Amino acid sequence: MADPAVAEIEDLTFAYDRRPVLHGIRLSIPRGKVVAIMGQSGCGKTTLLRIIAAALLPSSGRARVLGQVTGELDRDGLYALRRRMGMLFQFGALFTDMSVYDNVAFQMREHTDLPEDTIRDLVLMKLEAVGLRGAAGLMPGELSGGMARRVALARAVALDPQLILYDEPFTGLDPIALGVIARLVRQLNDSLGATSIIVTHDVAETLPLVDYVYFMADGRVVAQGTPADVHRSGVAFVEQFVRGEIDGPVPFHYPADGYAADLGLAAA
Amino acid sequence: MAALRAALTHLGAAVSTGVWRLGYGARFFAYLLLHSGTAFRRFRLTLREIYFAGVLSLIIILVSGLFVGMVLGLQGYETLQRYGSSEALGVLVALSLVRELGPVVAGLLFASRAGSAITAEIGLMKATEQLSAMEMMAVDPVARVVAPRFWGGVISMPLLAALFSAMGIFGGYLVGVVLIGVDEGAFWSQMQAAVDVRNDILNGVIKSAVFGVAVTLIAVFEGYDAVPTAEGVSGATTRTVVTSSLAILALDFVLTALMFTGGNGK
Repeated sequence: MADPAVAEIEDLTFAYDRRPVLHGIRLSIPRGKVVAIMGQSGCGKTTLLRIIAAALLPSSGRARVLGQVTGELDRDGLYALRRRMGMLFQFGALFTDMSVYDNVAFQMREHTDLPEDTIRDLVLMKLEAVGLRGAAGLMPGELSGGMARRVALARAVALDPQLILYDEPFTGLDPIALGVIARLVRQLNDSLGATSIIVTHDVAETLPLVDYVYFMADGRVVAQGTPADVHRSGVAFVEQFVRGEIDGPVPFHYPADGYAADLGLAAA
Repeated sequence: MAALRAALTHLGAAVSTGVWRLGYGARFFAYLLLHSGTAFRRFRLTLREIYFAGVLSLIIILVSGLFVGMVLGLQGYETLQRYGSSEALGVLVALSLVRELGPVVAGLLFASRAGSAITAEIGLMKATEQLSAMEMMAVDPVARVVAPRFWGGVISMPLLAALFSAMGIFGGYLVGVVLIGVDEGAFWSQMQAAVDVRNDILNGVIKSAVFGVAVTLIAVFEGYDAVPTAEGVSGATTRTVVTSSLAILALDFVLTALMFTGGNGK
């Protein structure tokens, strides 16, 4: 982890209204790497991603992303920062009233003065990179889940971002689509010289792909290391999570009163 | 006592939520006006919304206008002929439409047809994270999505109300002159003499513009503020139609009181 960090989180806490979600988070995302933030649903990992994306601001602590402390930026500063990022949403979030081509061209038209011919070439290059140049004329409603995710990926990297954020990129995909997305995440990161942060709970697909992993539970980072380190972390939660065991630190049963008492057997 | 306390708590919560939403709505409106530059600099975005809110509402507006005018013709003739004033049918139809029915009924139809569609579209964009995606691409969704829809609606509404009135007058003509046989010259000339451009037509246009602002603002606000779930979007769409309709009727009373009473009345 000797490379300069693209994102650094220091002693961060975050609460929705008065409900605390993240507690004392510290992490560092090195430049050029693919880093995963893993944990159960509801552990706060998507909230953390939104803080890194400057969509949410910390309640306390600091988030420094691409050299900027997000809490100190005004609206223009935030937008300038976001132009250097790309984000892939869980279900793509493609603009449903625009074609695949227009979705990928969207940022180029909004943020640059490039002539339409140049935009056309760039869009076709981005779509070729995700294997969907032939689908340029389709509408989002005509795409499968995997194709929509690939188009969203092409849109996320349309302006060659320095930091690419992935929110559950593998959810709901068939094995082929999943493999394609996983390969593209790595390929795009390396070819663009970008840094990628993947928030996910898919262990099998993610560990072979990433350089570093943070594990979160109950709003805290409970373990971190390279994928090789993960298997010998010794943290009970991580072992349960990685092996997919049904019982352990995360219990199978939701807390309840005694089973026999509930069935009325104790009195009998 | 406990029931009274619960009722008061409920009332207090409802009032404070209402006031909070009103304040939030006012801030949203101010932000929307401040960030409306894109809607005019890239007017094709607004033109697209004029097509969706205005052009696609034409059928319901024109057909409704025709039937309202035909009914006015029938009812008006029935009453006027008792007093031997059936030649004044054109005046009755035109004034009813231009002053009241045109802006109000067109506004109600606009709220149901276009207002609900605007809320549902923006609400669904929110629920499917399209607005968040736009934010993440450093594009302000209020400037890019909300403002063109708002101005598209504001521009469309007076035009729709004018077409509604024109179609209604044609409906009144069809029934009064063509079907019943009221003198055509009297129908048009009395209308021309009695309808005043400033006091009637301009006031009608002002009304429809105010209704356009109210309906479209409610529609975009409800969509933007919708809870991002299927149920939330459905609730927001219903609120748009109900709130817009009530707002139109309440504003109509206020505007009528201001425009057609005192020295300004006819």
